[in-house]
Amino acid sequence: MMRWRLVIPVVVVLMLIVLLGYGLTRRPDVLPSALIDKPAPQFDLPTLASDRDRIRTADLKGKVTLVNVWASWCVACRAEHALITEISRRTGVPVVGLNYKDTKEGALRWLGRYGNPFAVVAFDRSGEVGIDWGVAAVPETFVVDRQGTIRYKVVGAITRDEMNDTLVPTLERLKASGS
Amino acid sequence: MRWLVVLLLAIGWATGASAVDLEGEALARYHELNAELRCLICQNRSIAESDAPLAQDLRAVVAGQIAAGRSDAEIKQYLVDRYGEWVLYDPPLNANTIILWAGPFVLLVLGLLVVLVIMRRRRDSADTAPPVDRERLSRLLDAEAQRGAADDDDSSREHS
Amino acid sequence: MIPEIGHFALILALGLATIQTVVPLYGFARSRTDCLAVAAPAAIGQFAMLGIAFAALAFAFYGNDFSVAYVAANSNTHLPWFYRIAAVWGAHEGSLLLWMTLLSCWSLAVAAASRTLPREVASCVLAVMGAVSVGFLLFTLFTSNPFTRQFPPPAEGRDLNPLLQDPGLVIHPPMLYMGYVGFCVAFAFAITALLTGRVDSAWTRWTRPWTTAAWVFLTIGVTLGSWWAYNELGWGGWWFWDPVENASFMPWLVGTALIHSLAVTEKRGIFKSWTVLLAISAFALSLLGTFLVRSGVLISVHAFATDPARGVYILAFFAIVIGGSLLLYAIRAPQFEAGTEPVAALSREGLLLLNNIFLVVAAAGVLLGTLYPILADSLGMGRISVGPPYFNKVFIPLTAPLVLLMGAAAVMAWKRTRAEVLRSRLWVPLLIAIGLGVAMPLLTVGAGALAAIAGCVLGCWAIATALEDVVRRCRGRRIMLPRNVLGMALAHVGVGVFVIGISLVSGFGGEHDVRLAPGESASMAGYDFTFLGTRHVDGPNFVAEVGDFVVRKDGEQIAELYPSKRRYNASGQTMTESGIDVGFWRDLYVSLGEPLSGDAWSVRIYHRPFIRWIWGGAFLSAFGGLLALSDKRYRRRARAGKAVARDRPRKTAYA
Repeated sequence: MMRWRLVIPVVVVLMLIVLLGYGLTRRPDVLPSALIDKPAPQFDLPTLASDRDRIRTADLKGKVTLVNVWASWCVACRAEHALITEISRRTGVPVVGLNYKDTKEGALRWLGRYGNPFAVVAFDRSGEVGIDWGVAAVPETFVVDRQGTIRYKVVGAITRDEMNDTLVPTLERLKASGS
Repeated sequence: MRWLVVLLLAIGWATGASAVDLEGEALARYHELNAELRCLICQNRSIAESDAPLAQDLRAVVAGQIAAGRSDAEIKQYLVDRYGEWVLYDPPLNANTIILWAGPFVLLVLGLLVVLVIMRRRRDSADTAPPVDRERLSRLLDAEAQRGAADDDDSSREHS
Repeated sequence: MIPEIGHFALILALGLATIQTVVPLYGFARSRTDCLAVAAPAAIGQFAMLGIAFAALAFAFYGNDFSVAYVAANSNTHLPWFYRIAAVWGAHEGSLLLWMTLLSCWSLAVAAASRTLPREVASCVLAVMGAVSVGFLLFTLFTSNPFTRQFPPPAEGRDLNPLLQDPGLVIHPPMLYMGYVGFCVAFAFAITALLTGRVDSAWTRWTRPWTTAAWVFLTIGVTLGSWWAYNELGWGGWWFWDPVENASFMPWLVGTALIHSLAVTEKRGIFKSWTVLLAISAFALSLLGTFLVRSGVLISVHAFATDPARGVYILAFFAIVIGGSLLLYAIRAPQFEAGTEPVAALSREGLLLLNNIFLVVAAAGVLLGTLYPILADSLGMGRISVGPPYFNKVFIPLTAPLVLLMGAAAVMAWKRTRAEVLRSRLWVPLLIAIGLGVAMPLLTVGAGALAAIAGCVLGCWAIATALEDVVRRCRGRRIMLPRNVLGMALAHVGVGVFVIGISLVSGFGGEHDVRLAPGESASMAGYDFTFLGTRHVDGPNFVAEVGDFVVRKDGEQIAELYPSKRRYNASGQTMTESGIDVGFWRDLYVSLGEPLSGDAWSVRIYHRPFIRWIWGGAFLSAFGGLLALSDKRYRRRARAGKAVARDRPRKTAYA
């Protein structure tokens, strides 16, 4: 003879196990972007190449762009560097660099040593623009469409798998839609 | 809550050039907000408790916004717009968090109801016992209660 | 060679644990004494094997054997020897070994005490503990072997995490694990009750001391963790509601409920199936804690190097052990005679029932807050953080009534108490509580928040009522009160002290962030802190900038503090060591922030009134538990048990 209320603990534990099992499939350390499908934040920064030139949010409109946040002191940025160049070559999408909390000398030296895949680099010395973009750490990469809306974000260094499975297809799709 | 911090700061008359350019109530707000905002690159710390570069930057943002006259809600919204609700350590009360906030208290009410039901059920089953000399019963129970208090010392009083 | 011996010992331990589980359970099912008798020797053997394995790992650390991958990952030749030994449990694999070794210690203790228990019961308890051991040993041997070698061995290890290089590491995890594992004993007794079908006075008498002992260890372990965080992290905080901290706190809450529930079951013979359920839950929460720390589902400062694959294993183990136990509970619990005696609201058992409700709901609240990020994510609500603001707002309203009721329970008799008696006994403690509770903060820290003063009054209430009970019982007695009564009173006094500490630190503590150049001063709470500059120091495995602060009050120097910023050589990690002036009434706490232009530094100064009362109160409670454990009825029973074992012919059934 079973009293049915005694089954409640079993049911509760079962639900708990299902929840925790789900939790095991997630990565709590990767923070998804709050800016997906929102317009790219307004910014107006000097370029790395020259103080007189400036780059603004409006410059991102009209074409699909990859915005890559990097710094010369960032070890992981070096790891994804080759992939950034490859993506740009394969898709024809220009890459705009956002140099985050760095020095001009260090950044230029880094580009000189490892190559410059960027169409232009915005120089964000203080990191304020980074905060506007929701940057927590470097590297991070944003996909911005023709209207200047953020469509996708990669947190951390881009891996080859992510490039092939998600980034390149997304860029191709946005280019093709031509909206 | 905030006035308390102001009061104790006043009592403590903390002096010395502050690391931020805020005083009094603004400083108190600064400390409180910092405790409620998450350091996004740390392993579960508030920006008040971390010296990580991002934590320092976010503290600077908070200080700047307070100095610019923004309210607490505006400052929090500013950061939520950029980093999502994850940045708030104090979960806002909305449709998403209703289970979180109401849950424990609902459980408490349920628990107390269960206690009530148990006590009533047991009392009713006792009431169906044959009538009893209430006077004598009362006296016996009181006497036993007196002994019972003293009896905690001695576990010889047992049961099956 | 030694690591291989350790590895082999682990395999032997697995074999012995399997024997310890399977054979006695078979003997239980078939009533065969010879099979039952295998349990104790198997437990002793398992203890020996795990002891050897643990010693082997410790030896590898002490001797800097970097060919063992685990040693290389967590040690360094420059690490002082006591940290090298403590580093055994500094990361995942080794801490598992510690867990299992301590489990075998408890099994050994049960085996030693088994002469005072009927053979059936003792063997069943050991079998259940053996089953848990088997699970952990399988986990260790297949996924987390501490003895894995690497070739070629690195010349130098990666060093122990600097956060762990503190005396706290030496004692906090062992105490904590003793508590977690101790609840396995209570769990085993609960399963035994379900299997034998009897929860009687004998069962409660056996289970109570083991549960109290586990609770004492867990109290000490959690308290040490808080004290360590305060000393080590540099932010003046003592509790962060971090998932792993919560994971240690939830079993404590349920364990406390269990102790009180056992008291009711022993005294009145009621709430039997509830007590069994609590015992299962306490251990379930211990296992859940193990899962949370090692699986990576939650972000925590305490988490070991996380690996979801390991998480899957632990979750499966949890599902089998706890799911199985609760299934057994659902099927077998109805056979315990449900008491039908009335439970009066104004009675000790009535109040203890309320105590259980509040404690269990509080634990559920902590669980909800801890797991809510996962729940929200699974329901598509995005990423939501649940931090200290939530826990404080929920936990305090749930536990403040508990302390209030605790005071009332101190003067309640079993079965029933008349309201007049209650009133007559409580008005004096109430007045004392209000008087002391208001006066103490006023005299020491000044006027302040009502909430803090209310908390202080609550704490004084707990102390006053506990003392009232002791004083009343002492009246007219020529001999000393028995230790379990004194222990209980002391534990409740400890709670009161703890509550006072928390209220006053939260309400009256302050912090100040200043920029100081050498020679400059800052003031706080009537104390003057003068910064004298920093100097460079080379430690055994770090380099440091050590600051020099002089603290004065009313012109008189009372302390010199040396907070420092260390950079550890091997890992490059920076650590903040605080300078703390410890006091009975307050702590003064100084921490270096960042170096600024010139020789100036950003410095954090904290005033922490009554903070030592937090840990002091908790240790008092733990000591109260110890006192209750040493009560002569347990010693008497142990002696009687030996006599019984000597004289009585062997039987399987117990009277």
